[in-house]
Amino acid sequence: MEKYPGKPLSSKEMEEVTHEKWDPAVKYAWSCGEAMSRFLNELKKGKLVGRKCHKCRRVIFPPKMFCETCFRPTDEWVYLPDTGTVMTYSVSYLDMDANRIEEPILVGVIAIDGASENMGIMHYFEEMKPEDLTFGLKVKAVWKPEKERTGAVTDIKYFKPLEGSK
Amino acid sequence: MTIFSRRLKETGKEMCFEAVRAALDEAGLELKDIDTVVCGTAPDAFDGIHMKGENLLDGCGGSKKTYMRVFTGGGTGVLAPIAGWWHVASGVSDVCLVVCEEKMSSCFPHPQSAFGHIWDPILDRPLRPNLVWIFAMEMNRYMHVHNISKEDIALVSVKNKKNALDHPSAQLAANITVDDVLNSEVMAWPVQRLDISPPSDGAAALILVAEDKVSSITDNPVWVEGVGWCIDSTMWTNRDLYFPQYVAKAAKMAYRMAGIHNPFKEIDVAEPYDPFDYKELHHMEGLLLCKKGEAARLTREGVTERDGDLPTCPSGGLLGVGNPIAATMGIKAGEIYWQLAGKAGKRQVPDARTGVCQAWGDLMQYGSVMVMRS
Repeated sequence: MEKYPGKPLSSKEMEEVTHEKWDPAVKYAWSCGEAMSRFLNELKKGKLVGRKCHKCRRVIFPPKMFCETCFRPTDEWVYLPDTGTVMTYSVSYLDMDANRIEEPILVGVIAIDGASENMGIMHYFEEMKPEDLTFGLKVKAVWKPEKERTGAVTDIKYFKPLEGSK
Repeated sequence: MTIFSRRLKETGKEMCFEAVRAALDEAGLELKDIDTVVCGTAPDAFDGIHMKGENLLDGCGGSKKTYMRVFTGGGTGVLAPIAGWWHVASGVSDVCLVVCEEKMSSCFPHPQSAFGHIWDPILDRPLRPNLVWIFAMEMNRYMHVHNISKEDIALVSVKNKKNALDHPSAQLAANITVDDVLNSEVMAWPVQRLDISPPSDGAAALILVAEDKVSSITDNPVWVEGVGWCIDSTMWTNRDLYFPQYVAKAAKMAYRMAGIHNPFKEIDVAEPYDPFDYKELHHMEGLLLCKKGEAARLTREGVTERDGDLPTCPSGGLLGVGNPIAATMGIKAGEIYWQLAGKAGKRQVPDARTGVCQAWGDLMQYGSVMVMRS
């Protein structure tokens, strides 16, 4: 970025003031609540589950114990297939800490089949080249072996193209 | 406002002091003339200081005064002056000082690690996301639905970085070309290095005065005529990202208050939030300044240049001046004030009487809008 002007103070300039450092040792354990606990336990069994609202008839995924539009409790658990449609995606050369990575991460939003419109989750894609990743691509979850599952969204390793969809 | 820079040697309090002192000097006021103070500053995680609003108090000139902090992520830059307006419009305050600050450099080596704390801990965080990912996904969806090219989007970056050459606080002002943008490093496709605004340190301040007190301060006031704000769900994977409905709702609220029926005709100058080049287009549509999918064409035709029919981000925006989250108030509400007061110097657009500014934030879910007239 040297060819662009601006005022990026140099590290030498920053040495003109003293710095105090702090490395916080703060840990958290989040309660997952009723809907997410069931959702995570079902992931461990290799299943996706949503909640149905009988008033607006939406199948909400990921599940919630209340419908935020009708503002009433949701009514029913429903199992959903582990397939869906790519709504949007990115090919990322950055990791969580903004470090550059050589092999890009393919990531996107998958609207899950059987759930209502725009009910998606974010996840990875593999078993495809970046140029094969497109809007509307039908994809299927690839699960970790049962013994390795921990009850987390990462129990799904990634989504791959659904066979016969291309 | 202070300069915007990747790193500043000053503390957050010192930056606030500098911005407040400049605002008081421009208005010809002293701290004793201020009766309420609003502080806007975004995630505590950047500074590593919880209750950052309290920490910044002294620099904001808020000590022993009626003081509050507001915070809606990137939306703070326009929500903070709206909160100042609440103070004055409700009759609580005659003279309200609004101060916005961000010091992203305290979090090292990169503030992106602090952004990680924004994500849902159950659904998103285990996937170790980078915040750029969601903007890349929103940009891609927007491009796909309206068939908009990267070239057209890059024009926004070219325009805003060029406009920023005339802004004394600018961090990334430059004369660049569309090819420079398209050849810059790919971060998370379709987002490339020059599509994106930088992390910055900076502060900005402005002063709102009650209608019946303004004549003793200035003969050239700019009036806040409409305000609006709206938020959508944190569940960003549960909506179509191609159009920011929450921005449109906030804009309608502000236009209704200001009596604006045809925003494209009635708005003379606009400062939509532009942390990415596509966001300027996305937000022009959200602000109802054009039809859905038309903002790219207006940009290509030069309508959004300073001498066009709808000058957009004449300040140089976040892309050119920098992105110290809440402190972008200085180039949104601040820029519209300077433009309407005829004080924008080299950045001045001709015949500007009505302007709109907007900020956007949280998890791609929050819009704040303010309409001003001279």
